Amino acid sequence: MNLAEKYDLGVVKWFTIMSSVYLVVGTLLGVYIASELAFPYLNDLGTDLPYFQFGRLRPLHTNAVIFAFGGSALMAAAFYIVQRTNQVRLWSNKMAWFTFWSWNTVIVLAVVTLPLGLTQSKEYAELEWPIDILITLSWASYLYNFIMTIHIRDRNKVPHVYVANWFFMGMMVMVTYLHVVNNLSIPVDWFKSYSIFSGVQDAMIQWWWGHNAVGFFLTAGFLGMMYYFVPKQAERPIYSYRLSVIHFWALMFGYVWLGAHHLQYTALPDWAGSLGATISLAMIIPSWGGALNGILTLSGAWDRLREDYILRFLIMSLAFYAMSTFEGPVMAAKNVNALSHYTDWTIGHVHSGALGWNIMVAAGSLYHMIEKMYNVRLNQKLLAIHFWIHTIGTVTYIVAMWVSGIMQGLMWRAYDEYGTLAYTFAESVAAMHPYYVMRAAGGVLVFTGAVIMLINIVSTIRKSGSVQTANA
Amino acid sequence: MSNQNGKESLQAKFEKNIFAMYLFMALAVSLAGIVQIVPLFTNPDTVKDQVTLADGSTQSLLWQRAEGQSLDDWKPGDGVRPNTPLEVAGRDIYQREGCFLCHSQMIRPFRDEKERYGHFSLAVESKYDHPFQWGSKRTGPDLARLGGKYSDEWHILHLRNPQALVPESVMPKYKFLDDAMVDGDEIATHMSGLRKVGVPYTDADIAGAADAVAGKTEMDAMVAYLQSLGNMIKFEDGVTYRE
Repeated sequence: MNLAEKYDLGVVKWFTIMSSVYLVVGTLLGVYIASELAFPYLNDLGTDLPYFQFGRLRPLHTNAVIFAFGGSALMAAAFYIVQRTNQVRLWSNKMAWFTFWSWNTVIVLAVVTLPLGLTQSKEYAELEWPIDILITLSWASYLYNFIMTIHIRDRNKVPHVYVANWFFMGMMVMVTYLHVVNNLSIPVDWFKSYSIFSGVQDAMIQWWWGHNAVGFFLTAGFLGMMYYFVPKQAERPIYSYRLSVIHFWALMFGYVWLGAHHLQYTALPDWAGSLGATISLAMIIPSWGGALNGILTLSGAWDRLREDYILRFLIMSLAFYAMSTFEGPVMAAKNVNALSHYTDWTIGHVHSGALGWNIMVAAGSLYHMIEKMYNVRLNQKLLAIHFWIHTIGTVTYIVAMWVSGIMQGLMWRAYDEYGTLAYTFAESVAAMHPYYVMRAAGGVLVFTGAVIMLINIVSTIRKSGSVQTANA
Repeated sequence: MSNQNGKESLQAKFEKNIFAMYLFMALAVSLAGIVQIVPLFTNPDTVKDQVTLADGSTQSLLWQRAEGQSLDDWKPGDGVRPNTPLEVAGRDIYQREGCFLCHSQMIRPFRDEKERYGHFSLAVESKYDHPFQWGSKRTGPDLARLGGKYSDEWHILHLRNPQALVPESVMPKYKFLDDAMVDGDEIATHMSGLRKVGVPYTDADIAGAADAVAGKTEMDAMVAYLQSLGNMIKFEDGVTYRE
């Protein structure tokens, strides 16, 4: 039977398309601000206007990539997976459209307010309080619709809820907590508010949010995609059910502690930072549990990687995920953190996760959904080009930031033969220039890949002639 | 693994009853916050606000403001105080321009950081910071003890055109701060907001805010804020500031 008749796919189609549009926007902003660090003239192009300066565009870049691209991909995937694995239509198609329009309104408001300098100045929670309220409503509608759709399934047909749904649900619960608590503030006018927390407590709550935006939004949710699309694309069952149960609960319980590792050696009490670092080390077990579970799903079907580029995206993403979740605990270890904190290494680590894991697993998932929902086959040549250009861009970016980050850390702490600091800060800035150029070049490749992806998706849909059914 | 069967049956129940699973998840993800964050609010040692001096007497790290004193009566080294109206305006601009994205305000207790930036930061120094501005990245240097390091003139020239003074700098130009005036009524409103979240402003502080910033540009405000950073406490040798 035709999928489009059996399920509510209109909203999924539009989230899928918007996600790939926002990937283009988010990576373009990334390329621009990366270039600003290499060529500061780009900050105002001689105009003396603040709107395109690094300090104003950087939050727009992070919000565009995490919440516009990542959020839309998560919503597309969740609404698709929950229907297919529970063999039921959405509990409310109308409410899903509310989620779509409210989420996109948030994104438009972000594009307007952040360049104007309206910000709470908490990383990844920059948007001011009226927008935060809209985010809460949008997110609540997403969560409620998702759970109710599971609830109304036919229990004779689907007695057990599939693992991908647990991961989405875990993300939805935790992100609700994080968003509400971290944004508690007193408004002084429509576009300005002050956090009700200060100093140490505010720092801890911010990084409880900051790290779990990574741990839940960008990890648990994207693992939900992995648990559905990897077995589907490989046409094999997931490697181990038991492993998925263990690493799911370990992730739910464990990830939440890690925020404090962002604050080691600061004025945060030492016990809290050390606790965060210790559990960070242990987190390698659940993280690699997930990565192995995905990769080993291919056991006996490795030959499929030779021609299936969608599967390549999915499996390469797991390789980056495994690498990134090894790097994370290393950087959380106190001795390493003393060097790596405040440097570009952190930026490199984030991007090995964001470019290597998130974009790749999402690209694989979005491509898979497009082929299924429109009953088409994407242009295989463009898929191959996207895969390679994105992989090379990601590696270029990460290597540039490893070198520059470790170099910064070493230069700042270097002493000369007289026992005085060997380098001024300005010398360390000058030494970064070639790596900032290299990073921007890596970004250009990733951005080019995103454009190719959008072209491939749009032209394939147009050829299928069914774009109008998206609104049905 | 002795209770493996029990565990599995619980998991099986969750997979059939999605609301039970939801509740258990909500509980699992709450534990860390309860153990790790709640004590930061209840344990008074988290923000240590007094120290024992070499002669055995205790000294408060917070400014002990006498009845009727204004913010102008504070002297450097008197202890941590709320920002003046002009500094509040400067801090608002610091937030607006996203300065914290490239500059930290948190010195760690390492030899090189002490020599480069000064004494390590104390929790009490950001007690009135809503939100905190510790930052997470040093594309530029730490600013936690910037106050008094350079003259006002240096800051103005540097903010207008950083590369004129530091050729290697990648910092944007902030010449536009010269052209905007600080709005006194707005700053008074902001100070009332800060008082609601716990900053000890008096009625007189707020009433005098508009006058205090009258005729000042955003550049003046920014410089005032930068010059206030990190010199509120006078550090003494032989005193334990952090356990």
